[in-house]
Parts: sequence; C-alpha cells; structure tokens
Amino acid sequence: MTLQMTVSPDFPPAYIAGWYIFNTWLQRQSGLPIHLTLYDSFAAQRAVLAQGGIDLIYANPYDAAFLVRECGFVTLAAPCNRADEVVLAGTQTGPVNTIEDLAAGTVIARTDDPDVNLMGMMLLEPAALHAGNTTAITVDSYPLVAKQLLQGHAGIGFFLEEAFDSLSALVRGQLRELVRSRISVIRHVLLAGPGVRAQQVEHLTTLLLAMDQDDRGQAVLESMNLSGWEAHSQEDTEFMIDLMDTLDTQVLPG
Amino acid sequence: MDGYQTRIRYFDGHSRDALIREHEVPFPDGRLIVSRTDTCGIITHCNQAFVEMSGYPERELIGQPHSILRHPDMPRAAFQDLWETVQAGRKWHGHVKNLRKDGSCYWVLATVIPNVRHGRIAGYTSVRRKPARSRIHESIALYARLREAENP
Ligand SMILES: Cc1cc2nc3c(=O)[nH]c(=O)nc-3n(C[C@H](O)[C@H](O)[C@H](O)COP(=O)(O)O)c2cc1C
Repeated sequence: MTLQMTVSPDFPPAYIAGWYIFNTWLQRQSGLPIHLTLYDSFAAQRAVLAQGGIDLIYANPYDAAFLVRECGFVTLAAPCNRADEVVLAGTQTGPVNTIEDLAAGTVIARTDDPDVNLMGMMLLEPAALHAGNTTAITVDSYPLVAKQLLQGHAGIGFFLEEAFDSLSALVRGQLRELVRSRISVIRHVLLAGPGVRAQQVEHLTTLLLAMDQDDRGQAVLESMNLSGWEAHSQEDTEFMIDLMDTLDTQVLPG
Repeated sequence: MDGYQTRIRYFDGHSRDALIREHEVPFPDGRLIVSRTDTCGIITHCNQAFVEMSGYPERELIGQPHSILRHPDMPRAAFQDLWETVQAGRKWHGHVKNLRKDGSCYWVLATVIPNVRHGRIAGYTSVRRKPARSRIHESIALYARLREAENP
C-alpha cells in the first residue's frame, strides 16, 4: 500500500520543492512507497483528510488536534526549535500604539491559517475584543495581510512570526508591531494515520530523529528550511491540544 | 515596606500567614502562564512565565498545592465553581487575582481544563492570558460582593 503524504498548506511556498525531496528521501530510507500531494488551502486538504485519504501529514497544530483526538493519528516527530508564534501589527501612521488602543468594531486582516487566527484572537482580549465585536477580512497570503493594513482596510493584521519577519524591509518599515507571542508549545507536528502500522511508525520515527546526522539528510532538511526532527511524545501532542483547547474559549463580557 | 500581614485560611482548614501588598505586577505581553496539576490540585508542571510571575523558583512550586497562589481577595465561591466544573469534565474560565511570593499580586484570565486520557481525567491544565482592564474592574466589584456574602 502506498502511503499518502501531505503538508499543511501554510508552509512557505519557497520550500515546496524541499518537501518533494523529503518524500524521495523518506521513501528510500524506509523502503515504503510514499506519495506526496500538496493542497493549496486548508479546506481542500481537510476534505481529503475527512475521507481518510491521508497517512502522513505535516500538520498545522489546529488540524493536529482534530486528527489526534478524532481520527486516531499518532505523532512521529516535531521540527527542532520551531514553534508557531504570531505577530499582531498595525501601521506606523495609524493611531494604534498598543493592543489596548484597539476598540470595538476593529477590522482584522488575516489568512485562513487556523492556529495563527486562534492565537491572534486570544491576543486581542486585553482590548476586550472578540469575534462578536470585530470583523475579519481573510486573504490568501501574509503579504496580502500587510497590503490590507497599508491600504487602510484593516486596523490590525495577524501574521505568522516567520512570515512577518520575511516581509520586505520596505513593507515592514511601514508596519508597527504591537505584540509578538512567546507561547513555545504550539507547533507543527508530523503525524501518521491509523493506516500506518505501529512497526512502521517506529521505523519512520527512528529515521527522522537521526536525519540530521548525515550529510544527505542534512541537505534535505535544509531544502525544507528545517534543522532536524525531535521527539514529540503522544503526551506532548495531547498537552499541546489541551492548551489550544483553553485558547478556544471565548470569554464574553459577563 | 508597604502592605499588611494576614492569615490565609484554606478550604481544608489549614492556614498560613502571608504579606499582602497593593502592588500589581502587569501580565507579560504575548505570553501564557501555564501549569498542570494532578487530580488533587498538586502542581506537577509549570512554565517559565509561571515561575517569573509567581516569584517562586520552580523547586518551590512542584509538589505544592495550587492554593500556594491563593490571594485573600478571592472569594471561596470562585474556586468551588472551578473545582465542580472541572471535576465534571468541563472547561472553567474566570478572572483570578493571584498572590506572588513577595506579597504583590497579578491578575489573569484563567482557563482550566481536565486532561482526559484514555477516557479518564488524568489531571488538570490551567492556561492564563492577559485580561482586559475593564474585566478586572468588574471582577474586583463582583469578588468584593461574594466575599462579603461569605464572611458577613
Ligand atoms: C489546574 C489548576 C490551576 C489552579 N490555579 C490556581 C491559581 O492560579 N490560583 C489559585 O488561587 N488557585 C488555583 N487553583 C485552585 C486551587 O486548587 C484552590 O482551590 C484555591 O487556591 C483555593 O484554595 P482552597 O481550595 O484550599 O481554599 C487551581 C486549580 C487547578 C485544578
């Protein structure tokens, strides 16, 4: 049986080729047939996941919650030193200097990245903002989030930290960073579905954890902009899911 | 030093003397204060933000009951509600004023959830985030009323 692999659509487009190289590497090392398919939206990927069509996934933490709790996925590994953090920004010329300056009616520019949006909404709470007193404009990429801000269509933008830091100097110079998360435990994880046998899970994990120890493996990691894989126990993943579950609580004025 | 000495009385009857100061330490931006307990409320894990905000080194926290942070301004009813909710397997959230080791305080918006593993509650996790000032003011008024009802 060929294992179907996919990657969370929020992965930076510059490293897509790297995931194909990784697919070849993993296939050779494990001796298992593996086929990689990429989807350009979370919705398209979820439709395939719902049909049970995915065996291996580099999952957004938000999707990992559903896959582990509802679909019996298990954790293979997590990328080293890479947590999902967010930046909330306004513009240099705008009136907002701190999150607390934002008022009801604020327009949010964001992508469809579910964990960034979850953390972003949580970071708006000090201004007593929530889904009920804000509106959101959803665009396809982080540069477009910046564009919405600079064109004055939105008062605050939600960015994945990495994406914010890789905006051009010209664009960044016009944005005002208001808050940067330091949560540390919310991260992408590589998961295996219930169709992957326990023995294969163990074998794949062993290969991944040792991947940074030879030149060939290191080159493949570099092409994905990763430094290596580290152990992430099922309990680590369960804890991350519990933590995100607490952030999902909408606390409305009593 | 400003402040006053008081005796904090716990639900199980024991008590301790503590220094209470007015000073409020602001919640650190962008961070979460996280701790986990066993099913009895004994601290099993805490993150760096928890250590920094509580003012206790980690070794003085692990193995202690979570009530080590209990502030005398908190009404008993809040924690009773917390425990009833999470023991029933549900999520609890509320504004909590916590007591630091040095007697000053910090306000959090806490969400506590049961950690369900293999269908059973294995412990609890509390994640605290920065609350809105307006909600802290509401809580101060509400908790004062509740305390008055508890100690007429
Ligand atoms: C996961 C978890 C986190 C808790 N965090 C706090 C806290 O930050 N501050 C606090 O005063 N009580 C906290 N509690 C409640 C305490 O266990 C305790 O009920 C409370 O401090 C009141 O003390 P008493 O019940 O001994 O009177 C927490 C309980 C749980 C299960």
